[in-house]
Amino acid sequence: MTRIQLVKRAPLTGWYRVLLPVLAVVTTLVLSAIPILIAGGNLWQSYYYLFYGALGTRFNLLETFVKASPLIFTGLAVAFAFRAKFWNIGAEGQLAAGAIVATWIGISGGGAPAIVLLPAIMIGGFLAGGAWAAVPALLKTKLNVDDVVSTLLLNFVILHIMGALLFGPLQKEGASWPISEEIVEAARYPILLARSRFHLGIPLAFVAILVIWFINSKTVFGYRSRAVGVNIRAARYGGINTTSVILRTALISGGLAGLAGVGEVAAIQYHLLSDLSPGYGYTGIVIAMLGNLHPVGVGLAAIFFSIINVGSQTMSRMTGVPSYISGVIEGMALIVMLIFLLMNEYKVRVVRK
Amino acid sequence: MIGEMLSVTFITGLLGAMMRMATPIIFAMLGEIITERAGVLNLGIEGIMLMGAMTGFLVTLSTGSLWTGVLAAALVGMAFALFMAVLVVYLGLSQHVSGLGITLFATGLAMFIYRLYFGSPTVPPIVEPFTRIEIPLLSQIPILGQGLFHHYSLTYIAILLIPAVAILLYKTKVGLKIRTVGENPFAADTVGVNVNLTRTLCLVAGGALMGIGGAFLTLAHQNMFLLDVIGGRGWVAVAMVIFGNWDPVKGAIGALLFGLVDGLQLRLQGLGLHVSFDLFLMIPYLITVIALIGVSRRASVPAALLQPYRREDKGG
Amino acid sequence: MPAKTPVNDTPVIEMRGITKRFLDNVANDQIDFTLRAGEICALLGENGAGKTTLMNILFGYYSFDEGSIAIRGEEVALASPKDAIANGIGMIHQHFTLVPTQTVLENIVIGTKDEKRFFLNLKGAHKKLLDIQEQFGLHVDPDARVWTLSIGQQQKVEILKALYRNSSVLIMDEPTAVLAPQETVDLFKTLRVLAEQGRSVIFISHKLHEVMEISDRVVVLRNGRVVNQKRTADTDVKELANMMVGREVLERIERKAVEPGEPVLEISDLTVLNDKGLEAVKKFSLTVRRGEILGIAGVSGNGQTELCEVLFGVRNVETGTVRIGGEPLRLGHPLSSVRSGLARIPEDRIYMGLLMDMTVEDNLQLENHWTERFAKNGLRRFDEIAANSQTLITDYSIKTDGKDAPAKSLSGGNLQKVILARELSSEPEVVLASQPTRGLDVGATEYIRQRMVEEKVRGAGVVLVSDDLDEVMGLSDRIIVMYEGEIMGEVVGSGADREQIGLWMTGVGS
Repeated sequence: MTRIQLVKRAPLTGWYRVLLPVLAVVTTLVLSAIPILIAGGNLWQSYYYLFYGALGTRFNLLETFVKASPLIFTGLAVAFAFRAKFWNIGAEGQLAAGAIVATWIGISGGGAPAIVLLPAIMIGGFLAGGAWAAVPALLKTKLNVDDVVSTLLLNFVILHIMGALLFGPLQKEGASWPISEEIVEAARYPILLARSRFHLGIPLAFVAILVIWFINSKTVFGYRSRAVGVNIRAARYGGINTTSVILRTALISGGLAGLAGVGEVAAIQYHLLSDLSPGYGYTGIVIAMLGNLHPVGVGLAAIFFSIINVGSQTMSRMTGVPSYISGVIEGMALIVMLIFLLMNEYKVRVVRK
Repeated sequence: MIGEMLSVTFITGLLGAMMRMATPIIFAMLGEIITERAGVLNLGIEGIMLMGAMTGFLVTLSTGSLWTGVLAAALVGMAFALFMAVLVVYLGLSQHVSGLGITLFATGLAMFIYRLYFGSPTVPPIVEPFTRIEIPLLSQIPILGQGLFHHYSLTYIAILLIPAVAILLYKTKVGLKIRTVGENPFAADTVGVNVNLTRTLCLVAGGALMGIGGAFLTLAHQNMFLLDVIGGRGWVAVAMVIFGNWDPVKGAIGALLFGLVDGLQLRLQGLGLHVSFDLFLMIPYLITVIALIGVSRRASVPAALLQPYRREDKGG
Repeated sequence: MPAKTPVNDTPVIEMRGITKRFLDNVANDQIDFTLRAGEICALLGENGAGKTTLMNILFGYYSFDEGSIAIRGEEVALASPKDAIANGIGMIHQHFTLVPTQTVLENIVIGTKDEKRFFLNLKGAHKKLLDIQEQFGLHVDPDARVWTLSIGQQQKVEILKALYRNSSVLIMDEPTAVLAPQETVDLFKTLRVLAEQGRSVIFISHKLHEVMEISDRVVVLRNGRVVNQKRTADTDVKELANMMVGREVLERIERKAVEPGEPVLEISDLTVLNDKGLEAVKKFSLTVRRGEILGIAGVSGNGQTELCEVLFGVRNVETGTVRIGGEPLRLGHPLSSVRSGLARIPEDRIYMGLLMDMTVEDNLQLENHWTERFAKNGLRRFDEIAANSQTLITDYSIKTDGKDAPAKSLSGGNLQKVILARELSSEPEVVLASQPTRGLDVGATEYIRQRMVEEKVRGAGVVLVSDDLDEVMGLSDRIIVMYEGEIMGEVVGSGADREQIGLWMTGVGS
């Protein structure tokens, strides 16, 4: 009888850890050939248009960054929370919370100048997302409520609240659709590069990567949140106030997701609408895993996903492969990465009996 | 308004809507209970339901047979559950993340395949859906009869499955094995129960039910496939498992309550009542979040939920 | 007890040349083991000697790399416990394999195949179980939920579970570790009944006196090898100890008499509840002075764990106060315990004391990462931290690939040294060590005991909580015995009467 066993081994270190996500991405791209072939696409043509569509022209390249910005924020949000084992599946809802408050400030901002309004919508959106994430964090720490399920369910609560607002107080006058008034000019993210949508939110996302990296590796809080994530019992025993660590982690995590929502309102849509996010919050989970919860990894994973997203549009136009292939590729990427992470700690052994 | 709400047609209609809205959730919830009782949380449920909905629709459209469609939905649900089993049972990956990964992958795949077949038609293709069956005598009961006993056969199957799953879990040898695997896999292993096989079979059985729950939405409740046809019903099913304390009967009561709220919302809209129904739709989620409080202290949560089982991890 | 002559000559079990490797470590190395019908055979060895591994192989739970197993003369392949059960082998693990929320009967019938039917036949099983209970004098209510039973009763359920499957060989892994003395007496009676009926028992233990009392034959394991085997009647405790440890029994670590100073730990009127809400520690008062080691002996589960958890700051109290160095300690607040000058060496080092997925350095920092020395304005001072880690690794001779090696790459002994380094480098006033040498190899054990004595000489008050009575008697200046949350008795450490302490441990007053 032959059996396949997983045997624990000493974790690989150094280069392999860096290489891991890269290998996962390459494997995913290779596996993507299957759905492309099934869809009857010419393989090399499809890959070509996938990358050409995302990187081939100045506009496409900048558009890839535009799409990456919200993904970086939600990816960071999830990665930061997961590192402390706060299982935040609720970035989608926190994004909505940030967008709601940003819209509200942006509409009612009146004659205030951009120098006031821009920080106001960012801070407002950050706090709104953070506050919405603090609810499940409080439920977890005070009442022992499972965070996976509560963050997930609270997404639907906030989306329905948003729906109610868009049919109520925030609805544009005379509109029959759930859509808000446009936010004032001064509350919009400035476009930084002419003839594109390259806006303030993009450099901001890269600053966020740096800030999170700094918090994680250089601060006392970063040490504590990791300790809580690794072994909450030992952290508490060691004198760390685990409740406070989880709450702060939730605030920052939700805040980052909130900023993704702010960006969508202030730089892309200019008003609130019910399908503001095509699931950026959920995609953030995959990006966080693919980036191995490291901020830099998250940045790279977000850009990879953005390439797939933007490029699949062109590929679809040119080869007829449905653009929904991007969803298939993203799902595959996550599963491949999970398996690769496992192989980091286990090796496969074939046993004969 | 109140008068209308107390009318016989309104109440009959409401009961009917309750049963209809609850059906897919009962299927999925029972599937999730079997799975979780064996110690595995399947968050792939939402994606598996969508794959079931799409496959059922597609197969029915091409074969013309509704039951073939249902069967195909069950099979595709089983296939995805088997994939989940490979990830979390045999490879021991995180159940949370793997489940979400399955949902993501299945969702992408369902949309991809649908587009592959139909492109982006202006008028979506439709099937001839299931028709409702009146149960003789019972359906003649005033008020209740038409509400409770005039339904799709899948709805009756869902209702019958509730006691069936309860009996399976509590009264059979297999059920005792499932419960022990979910509570103390080591104990199960030491009496010769194959833990990972049991978990896999539970996942697969649960996946079939989830797939059928999805197919109900495209073959009975509606007659077409829309990308948001599941609309979070999978997550509601997960919530109902917790709400019902991992018990099929209590979970079904939760699903029926959810159906009632959902149905009420539709009926009130039908009456031209202009409240924002979003706030109504929010209620079931809020109630479940509240129901989550204290759940970890209850003995009912399977003790080994989320924990992969592997032998030979430790040295002697 | 007289050794019995074997009933027939074919051994029930014959394991030949069994070798089992885990990663790089060889747990069993060419082991030969035989067992005859009606025999009680003790498998003796220290923690980590390979006893449990060998038995898990016999039970089909572990695969093995080399060797063969024959049962009643026929070679068998034991791929899983299922095969072992089918061959009449039952194993009672140290951690019970029961589901607390199910009934005794449900726990027993799970997985049995007496009848080819789909539904559970609890009525038939009930009757069969009562017959077995009658035959062996093991009485437990079949309909009771397991969580309502005492540990001793739960063990009976485990034995019944094996007998229900008609096991002719019963493997018992350290069965007395969790039992009160009276329960041990009952267990031994049961084992003798089993042997008289021709069933065989393998009794895994590291307790010499028990082995002498119950077994017919002793097989001694050390470092994964069989070092010797003898008829119990032909050997004695001293010889067994030598075989087990591999050299003359450890020279008692020198106590080093120190004149005790002023009181440094004062516990008064402490009442503590356990997880089930029952009183685990009752009106407990105790004073420890500088320069003394106070040993706390007792069967585990008599409130020692809860008492330690209170001092560690991770358990709340009902009543009572604690003073360390004269200062009142804020209870139920780990950070206060950290700051109080108390060195905490927890029983549950892996799950409570250490961050296994972080580095050695991170573990050394757990309790002081926030201090002025290691952090400024919320930023960590990595130069200071690295210097400190290097010093501690050297001073406590921690064997590691460096300060950045993951904690989980260290051996048990070195992990305990990491904890010692973290706790003792701040020159604490009180050292509270709970089961400090449990599961460690001889070298690490000796090192840690030595450190305890050094702390006492330095002037700390040391509290040593241990299940290992030899350890308590060998190190302590004063010994108290805990029984059901109370102090049953107190004696001076040197020349303490072992028998008296044993009686106190069983709740028999002086």
